[in-house]
Amino acid sequence: MAVLDLLIYPDSRLKTISSPVESFDKKLLDFITDLEDTIAAAPGSVGIAAPQVGEFKRIVIVDVSTKANIKHHGHLRLINPEIVHWKGFAVGREGCMSVPDYIGNVVRAKNIKLLAMDEYGIQHEYEMTGYEARAVQHEIDHLEGMLFLDRLVSRRHDLLQRENRHLS
Amino acid sequence: MSQWFMITLVGKDQTGIVAKITTALFDNNCNLGEASMLRLGGNFTVMLMVSYDGKVQNLTTFLQPISDSLQLQLHIDAIDGQLHHHQQPNLRIRVHGADRTGIVAQVTTALAEVGFNILDLESDVGGTDNKPFYVVDIEGIATNGIEPVETAMQGLLGNEIEIKLEPIETVMM
Ligand SMILES: [Zn+2]
Repeated sequence: MAVLDLLIYPDSRLKTISSPVESFDKKLLDFITDLEDTIAAAPGSVGIAAPQVGEFKRIVIVDVSTKANIKHHGHLRLINPEIVHWKGFAVGREGCMSVPDYIGNVVRAKNIKLLAMDEYGIQHEYEMTGYEARAVQHEIDHLEGMLFLDRLVSRRHDLLQRENRHLS
Repeated sequence: MSQWFMITLVGKDQTGIVAKITTALFDNNCNLGEASMLRLGGNFTVMLMVSYDGKVQNLTTFLQPISDSLQLQLHIDAIDGQLHHHQQPNLRIRVHGADRTGIVAQVTTALAEVGFNILDLESDVGGTDNKPFYVVDIEGIATNGIEPVETAMQGLLGNEIEIKLEPIETVMM
């Protein structure tokens, strides 16, 4: 049990690209527990990525189950997650534990298809939408050394024009 | 000890306003806080929080010559302001319709009556001189929930205006 120290922007280590997890061992499970303790210590937070605590491995925790009336997959431990399909775009407000006292508008895919391993190295596929899809995209950005600050859009941006553009 | 001031500047838009003003502030040891700077009807408008270890008179002494040279109106108030006091909106209200007097007054009065606190309002007039239309985009906090706001806005529909409510969610990670 340990609440880990967070890297706080503008700490340049947040720009580090994380490497894939290769050993699915006790050390990984212990680290995941620490990560979960860390997020539990931050009320209202629905996700965390390993690099936020200075561990540059592709590990993400997402749990949006506290939100009422949304589709979700419960408490997720996502190892080496990879988005393989995007559909639709929406502007939404995001905040981040590593970026205190700042909320900004970010464009994210509405629906994603995600491949990720669990903490035992077993591959799973998820279809995600809305709030949960946004949280996962935010966390995977951390694995790439990206913050939502890198993706801010003004609320004056016309979403309809965007919707037709980046679609795959 | 530093104190926060609100600096207001308004005047005909031209290149370099922001650069000249902020350079003068920097040269005189001011720190910038939150700001809104935008062009409205061919004017450039600046509302800028500045922290400064001095008095309004000292700020005026070095800002007035610059704002005069740019033909801007300058106004400075000492404010009881602070950073890191952001509030998060939970509801967006978009209104559009044929431009006629009183749209904003009607909408915002109805909103105030149900305890809606406006954090941000942007409005614009589009269309042509003959047929102008009005667009208002409001973000704020529905302190008593969204339902009373919905009811209040429904009462305004039909008078050639469209009103859309959109809950605003913030994903905290
Ligand atoms: Zn984050």
